Amino acid sequence: MKGKRIIAKAYLWLVLLVLYAPIAFIVIFSFTEAKSLGNWTGFSTQLYQNLFNGSMQNASGLLSAVKNTLLIALVASTVATLLGTVAAIGIYHLRGRKRGVMTFLNNIPMINPDIITGVSLFLLFVFLGVSQGYLTVILAHITFCTPYVVLNVMPKLRQMNPNIYEAALDLGATPRQALRKVLVPALRPGMVSGFILAFTMSLDDFAVTFFTRGTIGLDTLSTYIYADARKGGLTPELKPLMSIIFLIILVVLLVINIRQSKQQQTKS
Amino acid sequence: MNKRSSWALPYFIFLVLFVVLPLLLIVMYALQDGSGHFTLRNITKFFSDKDALSTFALSIEVAIENTLLCVLIGYPAAYILADNKLNRSAVTVVLFILPMWINALMRTLATAELFNMAGIPLGKGTLLFGMCYDYLPFMIYPIYNQLKKMDPSYAEAAQDLGATPVQVFRKVTLPLSMPGVWSGVMMVFMPTVSTFAISEFLTNNKIKLFGTIIQENINNSMWNYGAALSLIMLVIIGITTFLQGGDQQEEVSGGLI
Repeated sequence: MKGKRIIAKAYLWLVLLVLYAPIAFIVIFSFTEAKSLGNWTGFSTQLYQNLFNGSMQNASGLLSAVKNTLLIALVASTVATLLGTVAAIGIYHLRGRKRGVMTFLNNIPMINPDIITGVSLFLLFVFLGVSQGYLTVILAHITFCTPYVVLNVMPKLRQMNPNIYEAALDLGATPRQALRKVLVPALRPGMVSGFILAFTMSLDDFAVTFFTRGTIGLDTLSTYIYADARKGGLTPELKPLMSIIFLIILVVLLVINIRQSKQQQTKS
Repeated sequence: MNKRSSWALPYFIFLVLFVVLPLLLIVMYALQDGSGHFTLRNITKFFSDKDALSTFALSIEVAIENTLLCVLIGYPAAYILADNKLNRSAVTVVLFILPMWINALMRTLATAELFNMAGIPLGKGTLLFGMCYDYLPFMIYPIYNQLKKMDPSYAEAAQDLGATPVQVFRKVTLPLSMPGVWSGVMMVFMPTVSTFAISEFLTNNKIKLFGTIIQENINNSMWNYGAALSLIMLVIIGITTFLQGGDQQEEVSGGLI
């Protein structure tokens, strides 16, 4: 058993090592001044300084790309969480064929590869004559984010005792009070994880944004990186930026998961 | 109770407008020429376009190889992660899914740079490695989830009834974990066929995948042909989903965190 455990552990760490090599590579080379990745010219925090005081080439471009990415992710995941939660409650109370249809439709955006979602929405906006920009990108992000919110809220509805909502009404709560005091608290964990998932998926998206952003020069971090890399030279300040984003995600995910497993432990 | 089922209505309208209608538009544009007349030319053009056909074949080949690679590397990892005796730490699990949250383009660029620094020429080998690297977490996670949900008493029962560890795995654990493997395959195969930026970065534009052709056509205002190519992808998605038997989807519980 012991030998098996060592082999198993070694395997896991080997895969992790390969998985993290490129990320470690970015982080390490964010601490040197060299323009190209993989070129070490001594330790320096110059790139971090450039990033924070905006003294770099095309600072406004990168800055607005970061702003756009965050703004789009925030708006899209908020709307997706509201829409998805209401939808999950509705779907949960549907029966038979209607429920089957909704489940099927909800699955389509998750099964579709990004490029299909992107192209199909591009054609929709062309067909409707909508000029593409922030609004179309946000609508597109809501489209591929909401199904995940529905999936996250659904299990919470199943776990909930259906009678407590009715009980609240019987005890004189208005439907709005029952919603606020009973339903939302019960669904909150699912809404939160749905929101976080939607937010990160929106942050990460490239293909859908690429097809729905139009020609007004709207850039998110992904499309900025793509254009940058195609031009040949990657903006060096992207390295510290990515390192910071990586650190934030690492901390957030670890905190959430450690909290979750602690809760599970205290429950059991 | 019944009234609350109407809460699904706004989302239904949303889905029709932003999911169903756009997919129908792919079909419509694919079957039209530039001035809006019905034609099958876009479809026949694909089947007589040698470049597009060979790109398509290559994309399917790369996608199959990548999916197999991900299963081969990912299954053991998921198995170890899900086994209480072999792995106790929740942190390791987080470490495995974490790369999914990092910008894929940036990770891919870094991988390509790593190859450059090591002096490995960019080509099909690096493409496969980079793809596998990008999609491995998407394979590990669903398999891990499925194994974690599994009742361990099945395996114990098989063992008590005299099955060897290999038999237990082949006859009990593996079949029961197949739904997870299938969702992993779905999350790896189709995205591999359709990626465009990743393959460009990993091969220095030497190898084009199907997604790149779709993107080029759409961006060069060849919407009808681009739509026809997308339609071909949609058909493949339909077939793979059908083969997988899409009805287990509702049981997907919880999120990725």
